[in-house]
Amino acid sequence: MEVKETYNGKIREATIGLGDTAVTVGGETSLPLYMFEGAAPNKPVIALEVYDTKPEDWPEAAIAPYADVLDDPVKWALKCQDEYKADMICLNLASTNPSTGDRNGADIAPIVKAVADAIKIPLIVYGTANADKDAEVMPKAAEACQGKRALIGPVEEENYKTVAAAALGFDHLAAPHSPIDVNIAKQLNILITQLGLAPERVIIDPTTGALGYGLEYCYSVMERLRLAAMTQNDSMTQMPMINQIGREVWKAKEVKTSEADEPAWGDAETRGVLWEALTATALIMAGSNILVMRHPKAVELTRQFVAALTGATN
Amino acid sequence: MALTGIDIFKQLPKTNCGDCGVPTCLAFAMKIAAGQAELAGCPHLSEDAASALSEASAPPIRAVTIGVGDDAVKVGGELVLYRHEKTFFNPCVFAAVIDDGMDAATVDGLLKQTNESRFVRVEQDLKAGLVGVKSLSGDTAKFVALIEKVKAATTQPMVLMCGDPAEMEAGLKAAGETAPLIYAATAANYEAMAALALAHKAPLAVCGTGDLDALVDLVKKIMAAGVKDIVLDPGTRNPKDTLERLVYIRRAALNKKVKELGFPIIVFPNEETDDKMMEAVYAGLYVGKYGSVIMLSDLDAARALPLYVLRQNIYTDPQRPMQVKPGIYPIGNPTADSPVLITSNFSLTYFIVSGEVEASRVPAWLCVMDTEGLSVMTSWAAGKFVPEKIVPFIKGVGIEEQVKHRKLVIPGYLATMSGELEDELEGWNVEVGPREAADIPPFLKTWAS
Ligand code: B12
Ligand code: SF4
Repeated sequence: MEVKETYNGKIREATIGLGDTAVTVGGETSLPLYMFEGAAPNKPVIALEVYDTKPEDWPEAAIAPYADVLDDPVKWALKCQDEYKADMICLNLASTNPSTGDRNGADIAPIVKAVADAIKIPLIVYGTANADKDAEVMPKAAEACQGKRALIGPVEEENYKTVAAAALGFDHLAAPHSPIDVNIAKQLNILITQLGLAPERVIIDPTTGALGYGLEYCYSVMERLRLAAMTQNDSMTQMPMINQIGREVWKAKEVKTSEADEPAWGDAETRGVLWEALTATALIMAGSNILVMRHPKAVELTRQFVAALTGATN
Repeated sequence: MALTGIDIFKQLPKTNCGDCGVPTCLAFAMKIAAGQAELAGCPHLSEDAASALSEASAPPIRAVTIGVGDDAVKVGGELVLYRHEKTFFNPCVFAAVIDDGMDAATVDGLLKQTNESRFVRVEQDLKAGLVGVKSLSGDTAKFVALIEKVKAATTQPMVLMCGDPAEMEAGLKAAGETAPLIYAATAANYEAMAALALAHKAPLAVCGTGDLDALVDLVKKIMAAGVKDIVLDPGTRNPKDTLERLVYIRRAALNKKVKELGFPIIVFPNEETDDKMMEAVYAGLYVGKYGSVIMLSDLDAARALPLYVLRQNIYTDPQRPMQVKPGIYPIGNPTADSPVLITSNFSLTYFIVSGEVEASRVPAWLCVMDTEGLSVMTSWAAGKFVPEKIVPFIKGVGIEEQVKHRKLVIPGYLATMSGELEDELEGWNVEVGPREAADIPPFLKTWAS
């Protein structure tokens, strides 16, 4: 049966972090998980979320694994690294959101530095996708973790000149964020590479919708980006991709509702963990390389999935 | 399906009589080629032309029906490899497998799940679809007794699983005229199994060994015996190998028109791992990548619900967001003093929000604006849910005649436009509601006009 495809494109490899614990993603020469017709030298990796302030609205199942560290980002990051074996840490600067904390760059720089210095694994630092505010905050954050080759995001159309320039200036990588739109994703890649950031320093953030909340749109846009990368050899789609899964999943109603409130929905932790794991695995099928996740059990399932689908079998 | 409009046109009577509802034979041919009409629409087709065309215009993947009556399920019939190219049409189905070695309590538990694993989400009825009944003991009497029990307990169509044709025959008799999926024909038993499928008008699953060329040969023989409704099991039992076979089968059917592989596929995540959480994750893989009948070890709600929602997502038409009609939706007999809320007409948004308003037990008016089926934030960003659109909507929809007060609750994510909206929406006060719909009940309970 001759139905194997050959592809003329390849996903670029990108390395986050420096030294022994640096993590390389990308390098695929086929569609995602199609190990039977291409190489995937680097597996999808998992970053665990850490927040700069104690989260207020997480459901019980998500709080439990971090109950002892939620008000200390450094301890939290170390727990993710040492106990839950995260490949990377994603520090979310939630408190800079103008409608919640509105802290500024100078306020959070010490937190970024403390976390960056404490961990051995690579760091991702994310703003709140408020273009104006991120333009003020992210350069300070990038400066605070200088020398770590971190991934800085999200870079938006409205602020790329500041945020991507900060990533470039402080020797990091950048995550351009496009709203589920192939053309905007490509356009933003063109703009930031024109600024001087090498394409190997770019990780696409295509926007993430959780299972039941827009996942189908992300799935298809990512699938289209991967098809363009592999079959059309379209250079500006050939970057690895990142998905912010934890924060989208754990606000979904079906994840937050307790079993007492909806007995027909079954155990809340099982449901939440699987909601996150299925969102992650669907996005891996669509081409995700870096999955930013929350629950350690969902992480474990996603790891096993990756191992089973990429490992050697008969 | 490779037929072009011209190929089809050549076989039509070319009289342009219009009885098919289209003015010309050519126009009708084009419609068939585009999948918008069926051959049967032309009453003047010669028998030869009809059989030539139906053979050649058969869909590349056959749609197979399992079961009879209201609960019958249709699987297969897919036309594309990637959902954005068109859509995935016939949602995959799930089945918990009950076997004749289980104790009565386990069987009853699985039957209860099969019947009760149902959720309504965005107005769709989400359920498993099938129930598996498996012979483990080799004892025909036990298998038959189990089938009778399942048949009495549920109207969901069955998958009868047994490799021995004699035992299967007894099982099919017990199942009556319910057109269960027969699992499975193999190289060793296919003649007898094909005969059973024909005699009982039931679809037949064909189980391979992992080798697709051998599977093609086996299916060819079964098709030659006259069986039309076939479901394929590639025979692999680990997800890496299974994914490869599934991709190859779908491609061979769509791109190479390999007739023998143009059928829906059955997969067994329940046999690929002992860990129920991993089983659900593998099932998720097959929802996206080409599984049509997905066998599970049970339907525990906490695992079934996420899987059903994933299926709902993957099988949503990507070209056309599901939307509801714009207008005023009264919830719980609202009065002139009840709160007024506004939201978008994206189905998902509407059903989440209306569900929460209902759950609050506070009667309310929900004004659903035409945002062309886009969610709140998407439509805001696209300029469709902005003050200049909201003002004429609120002024024209008739809500001012329904309520005495003038307070409009807007979604929390649109807080930034509240000032501008209040300036432009004459006579109204704008109140910013919570961001997530789940927080609407406590908000409404303390709302005062
Ligand atoms: C799926 C999606 C799409 C889909 C559309 C799906 C659809 N039918 O709407 C597609 C791919 C088409 C799309 C397109 C675009 N999108 Co879009 N999209 C999303 C995504 C991933 C999910 C949206 C969703 O379905 N949410 C689920 C629904 C249920 O949420 P919701 O309607 O907001 O309702 C919730 C609450 O608002 C609340 N609520 C709703 N109504 C009410 C009413 C009251 C009174 C109250 C109190 C509460 C309440 O309850 C609900 C549940 O809690 C989000 C990002 C994300 N992760 O959320 C981006 C997002 C909304 N999109 C965005 C953008 C910019 C766009 C585009 C404009 C991009 C572009 N430039 O082309 C286009 C516009 C489309 C067009 N035709 O022009 C931005 C908006 C940014 C902003 N804040 O302005 C987002 C946030 C992504 C981002 N961060 O960049 N998008
Ligand atoms: S009914 Fe048949 S013969 Fe008449 S116009 Fe239509 S296709 Fe032609």
